Amino acid sequence: MTTVEKAPPVSRRDVGLLRRPRATTGFASWITTVDHKKIGILYVCTALVFFVLGGVEALLIRLQLFGPNGTVLTAGQYNQMFTMHGTTMVFLVGMPIAIGLGNYFVPLQIGARDVAFPRINMFGYWVVLLGGIFMYSSFFLGGAPDGGWFGYTPLTSAPLDSGFLPGRGPDFWTMGLILLGIGSTTSAINFIVTCINMRCPGMSLLRMPVFTWMMLVIAFLTLFAIPPVTVALTMVFFDRNFGTLFFDPAAGGDPLLYQHLFWIFGHPEVYILILPGMGIVSETLPVFSRKPLFGYAIVVFSGIAIGFLGWGVWAHHMFVTGLGPVAISAFGLATMLIAIPTGVKIFNWLGTVWGGSVRLTTSMLFSLGFIAMFTIGGLSGVMHSVVPADTQQTDTYFVVAHFHYVLFGGLILALFAGFYYWYPKVFGRMLDERMGKLNFWTMFIGFNLTFAPMHLLGLWGQPRRTYRYDEGLGWEALNQLVTVGSFIIAFSVLVFIVNAVVSKSRGKVAGDDPWDGRTLEWSISSPPPEYNFAEIPEVHSRDDFWHRKYTEDDEGRLVPLPSGGAEAHAAAGHDGHGIHLPSPSYFPLVTALGLPILGYAAVFQNVWLALLGAVVLLYGIYAWAIEPAD
Amino acid sequence: MAIIEQTGTDVTAAPPSPPEQGHGHGGHGGPGPSAALTNPKLAMWLFLASDCLFFGAFISAYLLYRGREQDGPTPRELFDIPFTSATSFILLMSSLGMVLALAAIQRGDHRRFRLWIMATALFGATFVAGQIFEFTEFYRKGLSLDTNLFGSSFFVLTGFHGAHVCMGILWLLSLWGMSMQGRLGPEKAESVEIAGLYWHFVDVVWIVIFTVIYLMPQPGT
Repeated sequence: MTTVEKAPPVSRRDVGLLRRPRATTGFASWITTVDHKKIGILYVCTALVFFVLGGVEALLIRLQLFGPNGTVLTAGQYNQMFTMHGTTMVFLVGMPIAIGLGNYFVPLQIGARDVAFPRINMFGYWVVLLGGIFMYSSFFLGGAPDGGWFGYTPLTSAPLDSGFLPGRGPDFWTMGLILLGIGSTTSAINFIVTCINMRCPGMSLLRMPVFTWMMLVIAFLTLFAIPPVTVALTMVFFDRNFGTLFFDPAAGGDPLLYQHLFWIFGHPEVYILILPGMGIVSETLPVFSRKPLFGYAIVVFSGIAIGFLGWGVWAHHMFVTGLGPVAISAFGLATMLIAIPTGVKIFNWLGTVWGGSVRLTTSMLFSLGFIAMFTIGGLSGVMHSVVPADTQQTDTYFVVAHFHYVLFGGLILALFAGFYYWYPKVFGRMLDERMGKLNFWTMFIGFNLTFAPMHLLGLWGQPRRTYRYDEGLGWEALNQLVTVGSFIIAFSVLVFIVNAVVSKSRGKVAGDDPWDGRTLEWSISSPPPEYNFAEIPEVHSRDDFWHRKYTEDDEGRLVPLPSGGAEAHAAAGHDGHGIHLPSPSYFPLVTALGLPILGYAAVFQNVWLALLGAVVLLYGIYAWAIEPAD
Repeated sequence: MAIIEQTGTDVTAAPPSPPEQGHGHGGHGGPGPSAALTNPKLAMWLFLASDCLFFGAFISAYLLYRGREQDGPTPRELFDIPFTSATSFILLMSSLGMVLALAAIQRGDHRRFRLWIMATALFGATFVAGQIFEFTEFYRKGLSLDTNLFGSSFFVLTGFHGAHVCMGILWLLSLWGMSMQGRLGPEKAESVEIAGLYWHFVDVVWIVIFTVIYLMPQPGT
């Protein structure tokens, strides 16, 4: 058992212009922190702001489509809205919330005091925040991106002076995504090294909680998915601005190359978004059913299998591009294969709930909602693997319905399950359950009102990405229903935000272990101390914390251990004095600031701005390198 | 491969964890149950794995577009293979310098370390100079980014590789500077090793690029 060591004398050498930050509270502490928990909170709060922005864009789209020949948005504005809605929800909401929750809970679940690289962790956050601001600043600098979140060439790659997609939107989009990719890659490396090298004694890989496992899987997916899209975006940027011919059919270029590179990223990206959600419900379902996860190993291996298979299915986004019968058959079959590990997981979750003493908390309701909605989304996904059917459904609202059932009904419901589950650990107070239930039911009903009718609209032929439709096509009533549903979702999100803000000061005090949890994060105080664990824990089994609290009698019934978990409070008297933690630093922020400056320089082709960005970046990197890590 | 063997010996003869390692818990204990690689080294390997796909995508694009140029000069008219082979050889030799520099710092021999790290950087710079010469030569003969698909894919692929080499040179020179200031003790040998991983990687990528672009028979021959 490792014990706390004396802090070595810390060198407080000040570097360059900036003194070593010392604040532990207030604004300065938040911008210089390297504490994985504070960074996690920053990620989630930032992502929620972008969630609201992306939601407003969705509402504008829905207002436009409320009736035939809508006049709320012009065609150009409509293009900007659906482009930014998709881009925001994928890159600035889905990924950052998962990374934020992972940041907060992966070290706690594996018994570590921080991630492997605390300063790089903070750098990743700044890149995501600044990258998001960079992309949104395009609204004020000549128009937002309007080529779709997938940015298909040759539309997006046509030279700037060609008249297609005039304005700087697509350049903001390519540069912004490259920036966000840098941020995601650093977090991915950080998660992998943390999960491999920082586990506490006894925490073998097959004892890691499933949420941590899924974060590890998506870190690998991120690591290998980002480079191809970075290359594709670079080519688009060069085509638009420097006259290269990569995607220019007239010069022999192949626009399909872009689609391949984009979807080699894009499909693993789908799993990058959904696997953390699967990880979250694999944590909540056992806790609220008071049973261990049914088939832990197979859940983990299914997650890994999804990660691997995810690399072999990208072309199912391209069935109508004329790839030829052999290719589409192969990709169709591979896509069907994905249903196997996914289906296995669904049965494992059902097996976990089956026969358990189920507590229908808000978190549990969201988790159960996840299973149901994700199953529907998964099934319509299998429909898409059937190529003739997909050919009919491509570019209709059926596809929109499908991926919203997976990403909203799947990911977002799971994230809310995670919010209600972990909020007490983060803030020490419970989210209000009555508002929570209102939150769940409005979201569940609003979600189904919004997206279920889209299946029908799609089958009736309503195309995606068109800003208005004619009267008399029979689409009016359902489109009105969809718009009403989307506002119910908006109301639900508002309820959550009120709940989160009010509960932070007035919520019921949570205590260390409000849900009778199973994993290590519940063994420490709420909110956790800065150093997480006074003593680095040593685990002896899966769900180790549970086994410290309960044993089983001869008939397999749970019997609480009288000591209430002897080890759990062993360190209760410890004030953590003398535990050495990495010191805060300005340089992740300074270094990250260089990147959007370089981004603006690229978009506006301004050499002086490029020099400024390079100087800021280099100053940040050198000062960072020279500054002692702790 | 020498690098991997050194990784093995390094762990046993490990110097006290340098602060740069960024262990969240201040150098206590040591990494978890399966730490075969220290945190920074593992991170560098992961980054390089990711970078493989970066170059892989550009190389794929180059291969896809081989022989598709519609007008302007073709590779056969432009390539000066003996010249590029010479600069490539210099780049590959720089890897030897890197190995010797690492061996020197691990012995604590700062004089030789500075000599070899500078030699490595200069070899790298020679390669970049050769590349700049080649680029201007091609440009003079009528090939630019927007001439044909060969121009687009050639300049972008080799340009990004050259940018990688330039970053590496900057990194090596920084290590040299730190050594001159006495900030690079033997306990920092690992940071040299990590720079070395990057440098060797950039060299290995060049072997692939050189083979694909210059040595594979040009289409239509």
